[in-house]
Amino acid sequence: MPSIGLVTPQQMHFSDPLPLKSGAVLPDYQLTFETYGTLNAERSNAVLVCHALNASHHVAGLDAAGVKGWWDNLVGPGKPLDTNRFFVIGVNNPGSCFGSTGPMHVNAAHAEPGRVWGADFPVVTVEDWVDAQARLVQRLGITQLAAVLGGSLGGMQALAWTLRHPDRLRHCIAVATAPNLSAQNIAFNEVARRAIVTDPDFHGGHFYAHGVLPKRGLRVARMVGHITYLAEDAMETKFGRELKAAVLRYSTQDVEFQIESYLRHQGDKFAEYFDANTYLLITRALDYFDPAAAHGGDLARAFAANPATRAKRFLLVSFTTDWRFAPERSREIVKALVDNRIAVSYAEIDAPHGHDAFLLEDPRYHAVLRHYFERIAGEVSNQGAERRAASKPAPLPAGERPLHPADEGLQ
Amino acid sequence: MSERKDLELIADLVPAGSRVLDLGCGDGELLAYLRDRKGCTGYGIEIADANVQACVQRGIDVIQLNLEDGLALFGDRSFDVVLQLDTLQHLRQTERMLRETARVGRIGIVSFPNFAHWPNRLQVLTGRMPVTRALPYQWFDTPNIRVGTFADFGVLARRCGLSISDSFGLQSGRVVRRWPNLLASVAVFRFEQT
Repeated sequence: MPSIGLVTPQQMHFSDPLPLKSGAVLPDYQLTFETYGTLNAERSNAVLVCHALNASHHVAGLDAAGVKGWWDNLVGPGKPLDTNRFFVIGVNNPGSCFGSTGPMHVNAAHAEPGRVWGADFPVVTVEDWVDAQARLVQRLGITQLAAVLGGSLGGMQALAWTLRHPDRLRHCIAVATAPNLSAQNIAFNEVARRAIVTDPDFHGGHFYAHGVLPKRGLRVARMVGHITYLAEDAMETKFGRELKAAVLRYSTQDVEFQIESYLRHQGDKFAEYFDANTYLLITRALDYFDPAAAHGGDLARAFAANPATRAKRFLLVSFTTDWRFAPERSREIVKALVDNRIAVSYAEIDAPHGHDAFLLEDPRYHAVLRHYFERIAGEVSNQGAERRAASKPAPLPAGERPLHPADEGLQ
Repeated sequence: MSERKDLELIADLVPAGSRVLDLGCGDGELLAYLRDRKGCTGYGIEIADANVQACVQRGIDVIQLNLEDGLALFGDRSFDVVLQLDTLQHLRQTERMLRETARVGRIGIVSFPNFAHWPNRLQVLTGRMPVTRALPYQWFDTPNIRVGTFADFGVLARRCGLSISDSFGLQSGRVVRRWPNLLASVAVFRFEQT
């Protein structure tokens, strides 16, 4: 299947402070994003893709370094989310470390000029990210997204869209996600955070000033996280008790088993590119996500709160071997939607890959997404035909000026 | 059961505008018909991946579940109609499913192959298990783990405290109201909880 080819990230600057759930504000920030495909004249074919813990705006295609987007198997010409039909937006969330404003950038508001945010970067939540994304989408001249799609933490953002900005999307597609973290999920996050925070190179989160990186902590954080992404059986099949060398070395510190070697390799790779403060922020955003909390722990009431939410259509997908966000967690969401008589489809894919399955190319999984997006594409073209028949040009949202090149044809 | 006429005859039992749960909805054909012709809404339940994909393709809301795990996802009386067509005979916990159907829906509609249809009786008389259009499998490869008759279902329904508001047979796309236990290959029941 062809890829989109070379894509160039774009930047958008926001001088309007972003109020955060914690009560703090993000004073002035920029978002890095990529787009694929063409926004149609009605501006009705836009799909926002939300990223999970360690991913970015680079969803599909090849970046300048030739690196494929993290969901390139799903997004592209002729792929399940077909960029010949949809205008797809990938955006890096604030607090992350791939170009959008984050803890490694300068805090302009600080008394000390040039002071990097570090640990002072405000705690951001899933809801804050969704609000930031909504502003970007609006600035792109899109009043209503055809769909918001995400997996894992990205799925939480897709759900949060339906609760916070229900008028601004039509479909929510949430894959391998959960309505909140379990005690075990939080426990794993806490182990990862402690590994980072107790690294002597962490310096209370202000390691940038010391010219060091808490790579040891990051490595361990990634190792423990990585275990939760894989199914036990898949790990057994891939590694079992296979040894690194032909004979045991009887060493407590050398790598003996292949699984150790694999995890260390994953940790080393990760520590080279990921920011320690970002890891803390994003795992905290995961911990805090709990839309039912404001409704007495009743998720159905959370979906009931806004009548516009109830008019959305949902697709949920889970994977049978995912023990991080197990199918039961997706079924909780399905139940809350069904209780509200909200339109929902749910597929439970019997894939062997654990949580990671959402990033992989399982034909059953991709078939469900392909068919679902084909339905959305059908709606988009029907609406387009109706509007064209009525020969009314789609108005821009009040006070918005078009920013995207696709707007030029309309002026 | 896959015949279009049978589908329409069963759809006739569903009041227009109903909220419908279709247990074992297959490729969503009936739900699509009920949506397009009778303005019904609701969900299908399916276990097979290919059927889930087909439903999504049709724009039918489908929830992938194993019916043997019960209907805990759905509240009491949360649907106007619960359909269980050509499904009951595949389930191990027949009685439990029937009770669940009655709990979740105000009206339950069930259809299944009638083992007492006369050609089946004839084949059994010759000493062999029947292989017919409604029961097309050999005894050793049939997915129908529960075979019952039109008459048997009436007994089970009474045992479950269900009141049958309508029952008939289907044969070659026609409703059979006279001697359905003998003359129909498919049994259809509509019931409510008493």
